[in-house]
Amino acid sequence: MAETIFAPWDDPTEKPLIRFRNVTKRFGAFTAIDDLTLDIFEREFFALLGPSGCGKTTMMRMLAGFETPSEGTIELAGQDIAAVPPNKRAVNMMFQSYALFPHLSVYDNIAFGLRRDSLPRADIDARVGEMLKLTRLEKFARRKPHQISGGQRQRVALARSLAKAPKLLLLDEPLGALDAKLRQATQFELMDIQEKTGTTFVIVTHDQEEAMTVASRVAVMDEGRVMQVATPERIYEAPESVYVADFIGDVNIVPGTARAVGDGLFQLNWAEDTVPFIAASEGAFSEGQACHLAIRPEKIAISAERPPEAENAVHGKVLDIAYLGNLSTYHVELPGGQVIKAQTANTRRISRRSFTWEDPVWVSWTKTAGVLLDQ
Amino acid sequence: MNRLSWFNVTALTFGFAFLYLPMVILVIYSFNASKLVTVWAGFSTRWYGELLRNDAFLDAAWVTIKVAVVSSTFATVLGTMAAYVLVRGGRFLGRTLFSGMIYAPLVMPEVITGLSLLLLFIGIGLDRGVMTIVLAHTTFSMCYVSVVVSSRLVTFDRSLEEAALDLGCSSFDAFRLVTLPIIAPAVISGWLLAFTLSLDDLVIASFTAGPSATTLPIKIFSAVRLGVSPEINALSTIMIGIVTIGVITAALVTKRNSLRQQQEEQAAARVA
Ligand SMILES: Nc1ncnc2c1ncn2[C@@H]1O[C@H](COP(=O)(O)OP(=O)(O)O)[C@@H](O)[C@H]1O
Ligand SMILES: [Mg+2]
Repeated sequence: MAETIFAPWDDPTEKPLIRFRNVTKRFGAFTAIDDLTLDIFEREFFALLGPSGCGKTTMMRMLAGFETPSEGTIELAGQDIAAVPPNKRAVNMMFQSYALFPHLSVYDNIAFGLRRDSLPRADIDARVGEMLKLTRLEKFARRKPHQISGGQRQRVALARSLAKAPKLLLLDEPLGALDAKLRQATQFELMDIQEKTGTTFVIVTHDQEEAMTVASRVAVMDEGRVMQVATPERIYEAPESVYVADFIGDVNIVPGTARAVGDGLFQLNWAEDTVPFIAASEGAFSEGQACHLAIRPEKIAISAERPPEAENAVHGKVLDIAYLGNLSTYHVELPGGQVIKAQTANTRRISRRSFTWEDPVWVSWTKTAGVLLDQ
Repeated sequence: MNRLSWFNVTALTFGFAFLYLPMVILVIYSFNASKLVTVWAGFSTRWYGELLRNDAFLDAAWVTIKVAVVSSTFATVLGTMAAYVLVRGGRFLGRTLFSGMIYAPLVMPEVITGLSLLLLFIGIGLDRGVMTIVLAHTTFSMCYVSVVVSSRLVTFDRSLEEAALDLGCSSFDAFRLVTLPIIAPAVISGWLLAFTLSLDDLVIASFTAGPSATTLPIKIFSAVRLGVSPEINALSTIMIGIVTIGVITAALVTKRNSLRQQQEEQAAARVA
């Protein structure tokens, strides 16, 4: 029995839960969101990733109903939601600032939304109890927000936004205030909760690792535009632009000009008087077209002798070594001044470094290790 | 520690003497046994007793309290609403004009406010009495309330209201359940301010009071013209007491509560 992979975005019959169609949002003369078209599917954990000020919060606020698009439409479950006020949307938001009500206890904060629906007391009590348990806050139900820690407040905010069992939960940099350890634990907790409740999550983050960890798909944004939407693996291994490749993780970018050599293979002339690199590409490049080779440091091998079968190999000298504990990164200067980063795993403890500063070395990689990008 | 120099001490002494000596003398003479105001004849609380048997003064006191309570309540409701619209309303047509106009009574000479209100009441044929004083006091004290409340609203975290809306509140419910409880200290101190303003107002009340209703300040003022009696000293002492309590309470409520609440609010938001 084959396990079905969760990929509704590849299924043309699947109806998206959220549909942005040519949405533009302007504040005065400033364009915060520029002609955005995007589908988000039910049960997805969708991450919006981008530098500060690129319009992530604005996008969320349009979904929650606090901002209206200047142009275009947003559909939720097939309905245009432009005219629906925030209090009538089956959408809840966890605010970047948490926005807990300071005059109410943890319990009352979580019960706040449920009370607005005038549910019977017993139901509210049961639901709040469930949320407290889910977020492990049972002991703090009677405390006020200022009497608990930052991590607990963040969980109260999450519990409060989940209590009404929204169709869609918006999380605006929910883990920004947490330290690295707690952050990682909470990421897994979030994924767990998302799986248990079946809610669609849209999470905003400027931390690429966080987006890669939690998301089913990631949208990389820049200045109000979506640069690429794909699964974390594809974003990492098959970026469509230099911007995306550079934004996610560490990458070497080698500029040059392309020359087709057939079979989906291209030569990259990257410096004068050097052997061109060779790379496979799905996209086509015309003769002499300017392009970039993007290649991750961990895909590059470093050795003292030229590896005999290497498809790409180039001689250089070690410029710098960065020891990161689990990994070491070698900065190797190639003829013509281009610097290439090559990464090796430190699999043995206290092993003597094979190379040191100024050593002549060979760096090599296969023809499918990198991607050729035209922009 | 920086010790006070003789200059500072002198300045402080003169300043406080200038401010409070007249009142201290008044308070002392209210306990004078003699009927002659200027001659000290020993301690007595006699005039406080006399005061309680003076129906004219008691009536006036009752009117003053009624007017102060009702007008400050109206002023608080209206002033809070105005502050909310000014701070939260965003940009609407005539916002600048509106915000300018709401503060105009703060700088308007009271005589002019009183006169224009008098003309209005005559114009619409409203008989002067408790009602007209209440209206007049509401008018001039609501802008004070609005100043106090809007200065609190400016620092109020907007996202709390948005969270309330997000969780299914109507705008009115968001105000009632979230905004109001949090800004309550400012609203209360606005009320106390309006209350004390109404309590000691003479000018506007003189214009808008009628024969059927006289407030205490008017009564005192007219009585003094016939000569200062120890009874009036006693009455004034009581009023000083009430106003002092009002002002101190307002100050305490604002200071302590809003400080604490702002801390809580900041704490409730994420640690930056
Ligand atoms: N209400 C507003 N008025 C004017 N400009 C705004 C407003 N809200 C956001 N912006 C601008 O829009 C841009 C995107 O903001 P935002 O969506 O908050 O970015 P982020 O991706 O950091 O969450 C920013 O440059 C910001 O200054
Ligand atoms: Mg943001």
